[in-house]
Amino acid sequence: MLSIKNLHVSVGDKPILKGINLEIKPGEIHAIMGPNGSGKSTLSHILSGKSGYTVTEGSATYQGKDLLEMPPEIRAREGVFLAFQYPVEIPGVSNVYLLKAALNSIRKHHGQSEVDAMDFLTLVKGKVRLLEMDEKFLYRAVNEGFSGGEKKRNEILQMAILEPKLCILDETDSGLDIDALKIVSEGVNSLRSSGRSFVMVTHYQRLLDYIKPDFVHVLAHGQIVKSGGAELALELEEKGYSWLEDAEASA
Amino acid sequence: MATANTSAYVDGYPEVVSLLCGQSLPWLQQQRADALLQLTTHGFPSLRDEDWRYTNVSAIDKKHYGVALKSASVAIDSDWLKTYQLADAWSLVLIDGYFSAELSNLNGLPEGVTVVSLAQAMQDTHYSALIEGRLNSAVESTENGFVALNGAYFVDGALIYISSKQVLAKPIQVLHIATQELAAINTRTLIVADELSEAQLIETFAGLDCAYLSVAVAEVFVGQNAAVTLHKVQVESDKALHFGGTYVKQARDARFRHDNFALGGLLARSDVHTDLEQASECELNGLYLGVKRQQIDNHTRINHLKPHGISRQLYKGVLDDKARGVFQGRVVVAEDAQKTDSQMNNRNLLLSNDAEADTKPQLEIYADDVKCAHGVTVGQLDEKSIFYLQSRCVDEETARNMLTFAFANEMVDKVKIKSLHDLILGQVLTRFPQEGINKEWL
Ligand SMILES: Nc1ncnc2c1ncn2[C@@H]1O[C@H](COP(=O)(O)OP(=O)(O)OP(=O)(O)O)[C@@H](O)[C@H]1O
Ligand SMILES: [Mg+2]
Repeated sequence: MLSIKNLHVSVGDKPILKGINLEIKPGEIHAIMGPNGSGKSTLSHILSGKSGYTVTEGSATYQGKDLLEMPPEIRAREGVFLAFQYPVEIPGVSNVYLLKAALNSIRKHHGQSEVDAMDFLTLVKGKVRLLEMDEKFLYRAVNEGFSGGEKKRNEILQMAILEPKLCILDETDSGLDIDALKIVSEGVNSLRSSGRSFVMVTHYQRLLDYIKPDFVHVLAHGQIVKSGGAELALELEEKGYSWLEDAEASA
Repeated sequence: MATANTSAYVDGYPEVVSLLCGQSLPWLQQQRADALLQLTTHGFPSLRDEDWRYTNVSAIDKKHYGVALKSASVAIDSDWLKTYQLADAWSLVLIDGYFSAELSNLNGLPEGVTVVSLAQAMQDTHYSALIEGRLNSAVESTENGFVALNGAYFVDGALIYISSKQVLAKPIQVLHIATQELAAINTRTLIVADELSEAQLIETFAGLDCAYLSVAVAEVFVGQNAAVTLHKVQVESDKALHFGGTYVKQARDARFRHDNFALGGLLARSDVHTDLEQASECELNGLYLGVKRQQIDNHTRINHLKPHGISRQLYKGVLDDKARGVFQGRVVVAEDAQKTDSQMNNRNLLLSNDAEADTKPQLEIYADDVKCAHGVTVGQLDEKSIFYLQSRCVDEETARNMLTFAFANEMVDKVKIKSLHDLILGQVLTRFPQEGINKEWL
């Protein structure tokens, strides 16, 4: 699904990612953990096509195509979805309109006709119920005036409707209380399938109690310094990151 | 910087006097003479005038605009007219400044409500008490050269009177249509809303595809505890020059709202002034869109004269190509106007490197216990928002259009009269800098 090889990324003169290697196969769940400022969001952004970064070395191949060459909207239509760490408020553009526009552009991209208005509403309302949201959110401007938790749920709502193939969740669990976390996790779990992969950036192993990862990676100073199974997250929770960073420094 | 020349308007005056209304009213003759004298001695405003420092009016020197003759008006296509005339409103239509009874729709006005041509009203002693003493009292010809020109030259206009406690069931529209190349069109509107009345009013300015000079002055008297909303929809031809002023006097507890859509004209300036008595409230909203070489200026002045007044202002501008937009807003809080609560905001979106926005909020506060705030922004679209939309499958150009449109639509959305809302939305969509704007985005 996604193959990242020796990826180096800078902002201006400042190197941020310094040789990332990551292989993600269909159906896999990868958790990425690591200290603040280590480059987790940068990785999420570079995969979804945000401008302002320079790739100085390496590659990212998605479904056999050069991901880094594609404009962000093409990546999205090809099935890459980023749930933002900080979802953006878009005053004046309604949530339901954006959902419809997004869904239709995906369908168009795949040579399908526009979604029927009734089918669309049925689909959307079903997902709204799944995430235990109020239908009123659909008719409000995208994220405008939403609480932190509501914004995160809204990201997952979009994901549930657009059914992407590669879901990148950047700290979707941060700022969620336990009830909301359960709901969001159920939403994510309902999307799990053999053809869909997840990259979950998180600081908290608590999320991984609800969504069990196949792999856990530790990103520090722009590199993956350790990879392991789900048990690595427990170890990290216990010991923090410093033992890894120390090991890296002495290596 | 040379000042625009008024000599053609001064020298030519004797020839056109016979076209002007209110010949039988000596007090009006005096006011007209005073206005002409004002124009003669002070001329048109120049960049040296503080209130006109961003408005270069020298464009009026480039052509000779002559007073429009009624007989020279071009016939109007009725479908074209329908795009501007609201079917569900009472409407008074002025063609090149002159009242057209055939095109107006004034049937079924309730008792106690008057909507009549100002020229006709001046011939009828029945209306004398309404007009005399009010005309030229909310604004004086010393205000600026265009008000003086208008005071000397107006040929007709509208008189709207809403008697006390009347709550209008339908809006009233004054529709100004220009049809003649090089016409100078001067109109005057007088609006009187008595105590406890409520009314929705609309002034629309449109024209055929020709170059003309439109100078329109409206005076509005909002009575005690009355509520008036006045919408100005300026969609003049893109070769036209428009100078429009709205001068308001609000009695105690009166509420006045002005929604100002400045979309047309090559050079278009709008002044909105209001005086607030005790506990009266005003809300001034504006949207200006400029493309190509348009210059669209908006000037507001709010005088808080007495305590407990509330004023709210939000003007938004979208400027593309080489267009220029100006917002000058002045709020004056008199010594006596304690507990004034005033907010002024101006937001500008620049879509091209050659577009320009000049914004100058001014607060003059002479009272010590007041709450006054103002804020201005001039900026481009937010890159984070564009990326967010792109990450949701929207291509970049569409994302830019959506955000621009959403920015402007906030003002359109404030209009609650459905037919008017649709008219304005339609105008915004057709004049909008970008193509591919989609109504569904709402
Ligand atoms: N546009 C930018 N300009 C300058 N530095 C940047 C920019 N974007 C990111 N950085 C820097 O790159 C580093 C990595 O940032 P990033 O947001 O990817 O970290 P993160 O791992 O997601 O952190 P957190 O856990 O706090 O979300 C930080 O030092 C950050 O300051
Ligand atoms: Mg981050």
